[in-house]
Amino acid sequence: MDFSLTEEQRLLQESVQRFVQDSYSFEQRRAIMANPEGFSREVWSQFAEMGWLALPFDEADGGLGGGPVDTLVMLEALGEGLVVEPLVATVLLAGRALAQAGDDTQKAEWLAALMEGRLLAALAVYERRGRHAPDWVETRAARVGDSWRLDGSKSAVLHGACADLLLVSARTAGSPEEPKGISLFAIPADTPGVSRTPWQTIDGLQACELTLEAVKLPGEALVGEQDDGLWQVETVLDEAAAALCAEAVGAMSALTRITADYLRQRKQFGQPLAAFQVLQHRMADMSMETERARSLAILAALYARSEDTATRERAVSAAKFQAGRSGRFVGQQAVQLHGGIGISDELSVGHYFKRLTALDARLGSADWHLTRFAARPVAVAG
Amino acid sequence: MDLQFSAEERAFQRDVREFLESELTPELKRAVSLTPTVFVEKDIADEWHARLNRRGWLAPLWPKQYGGAEWTPVQQFIYESEAARAGAPTTIPMGVRMVGPVIIRFGSEAQKACYLPRILSGEDTWCQGYSEPGSGSDLASLKTRAEPEGEDYLVNGTKLWTTHAHYANWIFCLVRTSSEGRPQAGISFLLIDMNSPGISVTPIRSLSGDHEVNQVFFDNVRVPQANRIGDEGQGWTCAKFLLEHERGGVFSHRLMAMVQELRRLMIDTPDGEATLLEDARLRERLAALEVRVLSLEITEMRVLSKLRAGDPPGAESSMLKVEWSELQQALTELAMDIAGPYAQFFEPGRPLYALAGHTLGDERLARIPPDYLNTRAASIFAGTNEIQRNIIARLTLGA
Ligand SMILES: Cc1cc2nc3c(=O)[nH]c(=O)nc-3n(C[C@H](O)[C@H](O)[C@H](O)COP(=O)(O)OP(=O)(O)OC[C@H]3O[C@@H](n4cnc5c(N)ncnc54)[C@H](O)[C@@H]3O)c2cc1C
Repeated sequence: MDFSLTEEQRLLQESVQRFVQDSYSFEQRRAIMANPEGFSREVWSQFAEMGWLALPFDEADGGLGGGPVDTLVMLEALGEGLVVEPLVATVLLAGRALAQAGDDTQKAEWLAALMEGRLLAALAVYERRGRHAPDWVETRAARVGDSWRLDGSKSAVLHGACADLLLVSARTAGSPEEPKGISLFAIPADTPGVSRTPWQTIDGLQACELTLEAVKLPGEALVGEQDDGLWQVETVLDEAAAALCAEAVGAMSALTRITADYLRQRKQFGQPLAAFQVLQHRMADMSMETERARSLAILAALYARSEDTATRERAVSAAKFQAGRSGRFVGQQAVQLHGGIGISDELSVGHYFKRLTALDARLGSADWHLTRFAARPVAVAG
Repeated sequence: MDLQFSAEERAFQRDVREFLESELTPELKRAVSLTPTVFVEKDIADEWHARLNRRGWLAPLWPKQYGGAEWTPVQQFIYESEAARAGAPTTIPMGVRMVGPVIIRFGSEAQKACYLPRILSGEDTWCQGYSEPGSGSDLASLKTRAEPEGEDYLVNGTKLWTTHAHYANWIFCLVRTSSEGRPQAGISFLLIDMNSPGISVTPIRSLSGDHEVNQVFFDNVRVPQANRIGDEGQGWTCAKFLLEHERGGVFSHRLMAMVQELRRLMIDTPDGEATLLEDARLRERLAALEVRVLSLEITEMRVLSKLRAGDPPGAESSMLKVEWSELQQALTELAMDIAGPYAQFFEPGRPLYALAGHTLGDERLARIPPDYLNTRAASIFAGTNEIQRNIIARLTLGA
């Protein structure tokens, strides 16, 4: 048993923390979000230079060979900064999908550019009717001679509007909820027939609704095995969901610390708010919720690449469920304990609260993960 | 014990239904259903107030001699219930329900004649200047000063979180006229024209991007002493009266309307096939909240009949505040879970009802996230829920 970080992980943690401190203060973030794209290309190049975009990829693919624990360290530290760059979408979702399911040609074409910060990508797997379920796929891909034709729509595609490359799941066989018959396709965003309706998220990210109308793709656009793409998608989603749990933990600990500072400093009735016992207990609960989520975020990172699917799914669902529930509690209470100022846009408190709220809505809500967790019980002895 | 209305009350109920039928336009209803803030915008409020005023119902609790309707608690209950079911706007309380009753109770005849008709006509829009940067829960510590100068006061200081100060032409303030004795004893109730030189208003955006509250600055603002309500030092008494007057509010019907809206949403989302209504977890969460709303409705009736009998409500008024605010929060939270991945959707345009197209096709989805975010304020304003629980605990423990 060992929960300590390796020397390399400690250095990574320090460098991300330093970056957040120096380049991602609340005011700097505001300026970054005012960019027309909603994030900073300059910051993105910095991410590339520091190697963060290459972190979770195999050395054979030109990456740094990091695993989910390294990602946990990076995302937890970035969670404090409330970063708005498309790191999760490009690296952890689309990038990992390419790395995992792509062939050498596809990796050579896209992965290198992605790690160098020259290519933004997004993963479009969810559909409106399926809500949080990646196996609900109505979008169709039909073979036409040597090429493919795709029709359908995808919803809530994280950073889909700025992506140069879209990885899209489509049905090559079967009916909407069948696990078999789902395939993954790489679609350059400027392909005719691709249209995107961009929208903003409450926590400062960008997303889009994606429509595919008679999108014609070459045969090589297929990523991975035909009809057998779901497990690839689910593996990628789970590893990214584990990372979101770490991000949530980073946000929760920042919020707990900020709230504690505020209670020490704000006075009412001639004493600091921190002197009121009901508020002390609330802080104790915020702190406990954060640790609950942290323990499970670690568990999820340790099993995010487990060969055993049930083990992986249990760990990730437990963690994402808890991150959702704890994040909700910590976010709501931080606002409450700040009083009126907590609902103002001028303080970071509200922005952490919004990030935590949005994280719960991404890659499976607490409810969705609870259902999945309950469906994979440990067998009862005897 | 029964819940039946009398024959007159049923007749009144028919009047209310007829009124709503003819006066509540589809545009007003839509604006209400797409409002993510505490109150509707001024244009919507003004139109609704005018319609109520034409019917003589804008000030249901004022005496008839001042243009009020003098409703009984039961009539008030009936109106609120019908208005909520129909989706009518709530009236903006700062004029009719807050400063109006204080003027009626403590104001001079001249003050009544001056201000009351203008509240009813819509000529004046009021805001409430109590809270300050250093004084929220501990209101009695407020520092905004009013110092006599000739016939006037010179007012200096600042008020914070002032709802609709950007719309108001009048503000009623608690100001410090003395620093002797108990802090409460040095507070006076002052009416200030927002157009007076020396007043400035800075908007405060909420975390959902809405502009409903403000900071108001007073820099040597000259206010006639004749604008004071009651005597110097009587401000705290006025404020307490106002609080008591607010008691016995009726919220359950608005909450029940929200329950029904969510049920509708669970039928329509994501595909119009009621798939979410078949989801046991969501359905039972909604049912459990509906049970609490039902309980609240009966509690409200109990408090109203206590008031009718002339008994002061005890811990109930604090209980009502905690209950409606936390139910409202739980319902908006459930709406987020119904929205699913779209709970992260943010529509920056305002007001929502004035927007033409909707990115997600269903305009209701644009309201859910800002509504959830803004509703966090319900446990903060009108006395935080911690302060309310302190009161309930004190009364329960008899300490
Ligand atoms: C949307 C909105 C609209 C508003 N509109 C108006 C308006 O129009 N006019 C106006 O005058 N004001 C308005 N307010 C202000 C509101 O009345 C205050 O926010 C409220 O009184 C709380 O004060 P505060 O914000 O200073 O918080 P604080 O009093 O600083 O409280 C911070 C936290 O400490 C807790 N706390 C404080 N004292 C105790 C205690 N003794 N025991 C336990 N816990 C305690 C509180 O419950 C809270 O959680 C509005 C506020 C909001 C959010």
